[in-house]
Amino acid sequence: MIEVNELTKRYGDTLAVDGLSFTVLPGHVTGFLGPNGAGKSTTLRIALGLHDPTGGSVTVDGRRFRDRPRGLRHVGALLDAHDVHGGRTARTQLYVLARSNRIPRRRAEEVLEQVGLAGAGRRRISGFSLGMRQRLGIATALLGDPPVLLFDEPLNGLDPEGVQWLRGLFRRWAGEGRTVLVSSHLMSEMENTADQLVVIGRGSLIAAESLADFAARGTRPSVTVRTPDHDRTALTELLTGEGAEVRRAGGALTVTGLSADRIGELALRHGVLLHELSARPASLEEAFMALTADSADHVTGAAR
Amino acid sequence: MTDTTAAGAADPVPAARGRIAEPRARFRDLVAAEWTKWWSLRSSGWALVATALTVVGLNVGMAYDTYRYWSERDTASRADFVRDGIPLSIAFSTNAAMLLMPALSAIGATTIVGEYRTGLIRTTFAAVPARRSVLAAKVCVVTAVSTVFGAAVSVASFGLTQAVLSGRDAGVAIDHPGALRLVVASTLLAPVSALVGLALGAVLRHTAATMTANVLVLLLLPLVFGADRYWAAVVNHALPAGAWTRLTAVGHQPVTHPWTAGGAWTVYAVWAVAAAVVAVASVQGRDQ
Repeated sequence: MIEVNELTKRYGDTLAVDGLSFTVLPGHVTGFLGPNGAGKSTTLRIALGLHDPTGGSVTVDGRRFRDRPRGLRHVGALLDAHDVHGGRTARTQLYVLARSNRIPRRRAEEVLEQVGLAGAGRRRISGFSLGMRQRLGIATALLGDPPVLLFDEPLNGLDPEGVQWLRGLFRRWAGEGRTVLVSSHLMSEMENTADQLVVIGRGSLIAAESLADFAARGTRPSVTVRTPDHDRTALTELLTGEGAEVRRAGGALTVTGLSADRIGELALRHGVLLHELSARPASLEEAFMALTADSADHVTGAAR
Repeated sequence: MTDTTAAGAADPVPAARGRIAEPRARFRDLVAAEWTKWWSLRSSGWALVATALTVVGLNVGMAYDTYRYWSERDTASRADFVRDGIPLSIAFSTNAAMLLMPALSAIGATTIVGEYRTGLIRTTFAAVPARRSVLAAKVCVVTAVSTVFGAAVSVASFGLTQAVLSGRDAGVAIDHPGALRLVVASTLLAPVSALVGLALGAVLRHTAATMTANVLVLLLLPLVFGADRYWAAVVNHALPAGAWTRLTAVGHQPVTHPWTAGGAWTVYAVWAVAAAVVAVASVQGRDQ
């Protein structure tokens, strides 16, 4: 379990994190979302004891990570896949870290195998692709078989197969009762990965809830209906009469407040011809955009 | 640290797997890790080999020049040559020391600056939150490697130069007055320089700044503060280069401001200890 309490971090004049509080529970994959510059990486660095908070605290399983003499058995983390020395081989890199935490050498071989780098263990990291470096970072996080796993933008650089693989791993670890926190600035990455969300913007908490609750905040589910021109006005009146909200969008109607099934029934009963009847589920992406629009550091264009 | 499982029991979800009792944290594991880090980079070994060859080469070259252009023909002048301590000043020349210092400080600095440059330092400290212990382990490895290196280079220089000078019957043995002190002082110049480099690297974190500072502290300060004026001499004597000069001085050359060998050894010790303390303390209270 990770507990963030009233966390504040100031770098000179910049307030990177501003009174942030949330809890990450074990047994879930929690997505840590926010636009670029929202303070995600800062929060993760403080959680790992690399940066000191200006105020507040982060505890992992009840204790500041910074106060533990050795870390790998408590938290496994991948902050940046480039945080390695290219001159060493993958095996040596893992062996050195394992040794510092008194973890047996064979564990390094095990995790290399687990992430699919067994064949590349004797190669220098400088020759690795970003995807391979991500895999090495994941292997590093797994060395101590820790109950808490932190990942900062782990899907960057992975091919679609790698993304699938990593999502599977996240779910498996959560199923084993571990705490899994995965940051991203893309809602679409989290949609099929996380079941809990922590959304921040400009260093403050925007939402901390389940994926389903979050989705319900955004655009309501709607139904797109297309009819021949002469039926459109009649259908609009009919649907409005049933309490729906109808907007005309080009040749189609966007209906909220009525299900597609109900609209079909009504149309049939009143003899209205339908060319299209399609339900559009609530969009997480839109919910995310709407919530973070005010807090995005650099909003491009006039898309407001 | 053994209190690892307390939190898991109260959780409503299945307790996290894999929480076997954590073994007690040992400092020697950190030293072993740093040792492996050092030797797993090709550049570390090559830098030592290249420095050793250059330093020994400079000294042997000087001995060979003396051998080749030998002018003291009679027995009396040969005795003067030995009495004035010229064989010892050839055994480890000032040029060799001026080369050894920045080279070793650069090698010492690389062990920490290399981690900051690549970002490895964050991986290291995320694995070992006890940052000062990591730096203390680095101090141990740097000290051990550079001392062995210094001894090898000093002994080789002394042995080879005196062997060359023996060709003119002008070499001295290790029991010659001042010979052992010269070998030991030159040996220890290596760890003192390497620790200064490590400390500057830990404080400055950037390669260029660290290398500039190394040259400034170890080479330029002794040039700026010569040993002739009193206040300059005070500073000069407090520097590793000044101490080395005092410890390896031979013969009876007059000195404007004399000082004791004990004082010079103390300067070595203070620099080494202070550098180690600075290196260890530098990682506390700063964002990594």
